[in-house]
Amino acid sequence: MSFNNLDQLYRQVIMDHYKNPRNKGAIEDGSVTVDMNNPTCGDRIHLTMNVENGVVTDAKFEGEGCSISMASASMMTQAIKGKNIEDAVKLSQVFSDMMLGNDYPDDVDLDDIEALQGVAKFPARIKCATLSWKAMEKGLQNQK
Amino acid sequence: MNAKELKKYFPILDQEVNGHPLVYLDSAATSQKPVQVIEALDHYYRYANSNVHRGVHTLGNRATDLYEGAREKARKFINAASTKEIVFLRGTTTALNLVAQSYGRANVKEGDEIVITMMEHHSNIIPWQQVAKATGATLKYIPLQEDGTISLEDVRKTVTPNTKIVSVMMVSNVLGTINPIAEITKIAHENGAVMVVDAAQAAPHMKVDVAQLDCDFLAFSGHKMCGPTGIGVLYGKQALLEEMEPIEFGGEMIDFVGLYESTWKELPWKFEGGTPIIAGAIGLGAAIDFLTEIGMDAIEQHEHKLAAYAMDKVTEIPGISVFGPKRGKDRASVVTFNLDDVHPHDVATVLDAEGIAVRAGHHCAQTLMKWCKVSATARASFYLYNTEEDIDRLAASLLKTKEYFSDVF
Repeated sequence: MSFNNLDQLYRQVIMDHYKNPRNKGAIEDGSVTVDMNNPTCGDRIHLTMNVENGVVTDAKFEGEGCSISMASASMMTQAIKGKNIEDAVKLSQVFSDMMLGNDYPDDVDLDDIEALQGVAKFPARIKCATLSWKAMEKGLQNQK
Repeated sequence: MNAKELKKYFPILDQEVNGHPLVYLDSAATSQKPVQVIEALDHYYRYANSNVHRGVHTLGNRATDLYEGAREKARKFINAASTKEIVFLRGTTTALNLVAQSYGRANVKEGDEIVITMMEHHSNIIPWQQVAKATGATLKYIPLQEDGTISLEDVRKTVTPNTKIVSVMMVSNVLGTINPIAEITKIAHENGAVMVVDAAQAAPHMKVDVAQLDCDFLAFSGHKMCGPTGIGVLYGKQALLEEMEPIEFGGEMIDFVGLYESTWKELPWKFEGGTPIIAGAIGLGAAIDFLTEIGMDAIEQHEHKLAAYAMDKVTEIPGISVFGPKRGKDRASVVTFNLDDVHPHDVATVLDAEGIAVRAGHHCAQTLMKWCKVSATARASFYLYNTEEDIDRLAASLLKTKEYFSDVF
């Protein structure tokens, strides 16, 4: 079963993250907690992170939303673990550029996140993909 | 009424989306516009554009006649007693806010109650939350029954002699429930409360008769009934509107202006501060002509048939859950549903790839979503230009959506 260009959006790796989310849950006593929602569609995320000496040592998320928003949150938490704040925020900016269809530096290791590239072709879904990243940036802003 | 023939009046519907003929099933969000409305706007700007109520010149008179002519059309459309009772505003939200901020603030005090229902749109919740907060009044909710309807027994239990305002939607934008407004109005009046009606989802689809309903205020939007965006109507009984203060002050709404005191124009203009929504009102007038010529009864019958057909077609898809009254004949032509574990955004994206436009999200009814125990739903809503073939396309694509997601999972 295939729908012309939908396979670009619903890549296997996205569906895998949606079905088997990594880092699902909440860190008790996490050093950073962010709640964010997308008021136009009802998606919401509860993101908890531990930051020690400027490094994100752990990140978990809970939330409700579509495949794109939940898969993106799963990938985001996976990607930022072990990164320092600066690199995590930089990755978020790269992700934002990717969503907007802008050029982004090719020396950044995107791993699974690259699968979300197709979302840029579905303007209505970009906000779904960026929700968790915005939450992460907001949380880390106060840690600088 | 022949929907296929009527469809021809809507140029926007004659196009392909993602390689498929467009099926527009989002009229509860906003309806499409017939060529008669588009031409009325075009004609106004080409032939009559001018400010109203002030020009001595010919264009000023043309614009004023067209604008006030539209008011008479709106009066007749809802069977109001006088054009003094027809206030042109931006839409239902603005109209409900005017009632809340003007009538509500002046007539509700600490210990009083404002009563709404659990199915309201945000625009009929938040204005009352604000009045309750400002005055110390209590905001009370009439509960819903299992099937998404209201029982008059619950209305009688919730509305008390302390209730000053009852505000209820006539048709639910999510559940498709049609509320018994005349009966609720009676109960409100027996308790000395005024009755406010949000008719945004009713006025486009069925006969709305304010004399028969006996409600005190009623609001609706032009853009959901084939008219332009940015125009709506507040109906209010003349005696109530007379005693109400405007909430917007400035040009157009004044009578005499002094250095420290001013007086207001008479009804309805005292509520229409600033240059009015002239083109919008004229477009709404053209939409009313269009709907009236087809006949509101014919439109209602057509949509009842569509609702019943859609309920049959959609509910037979395995894994579908539909919200609201089960029987097609008890509901307006709105079908809100979820498909298994597939999130409504994903459903809407796949349907869009098939050229079918539906709404996904909370439909400006977050409190109702909580009652439904979901965070979002998908919604297909129909209008006079929709056909049974449109619903067949929806059902077929929903089946494909289901298969697609069981494949990728």
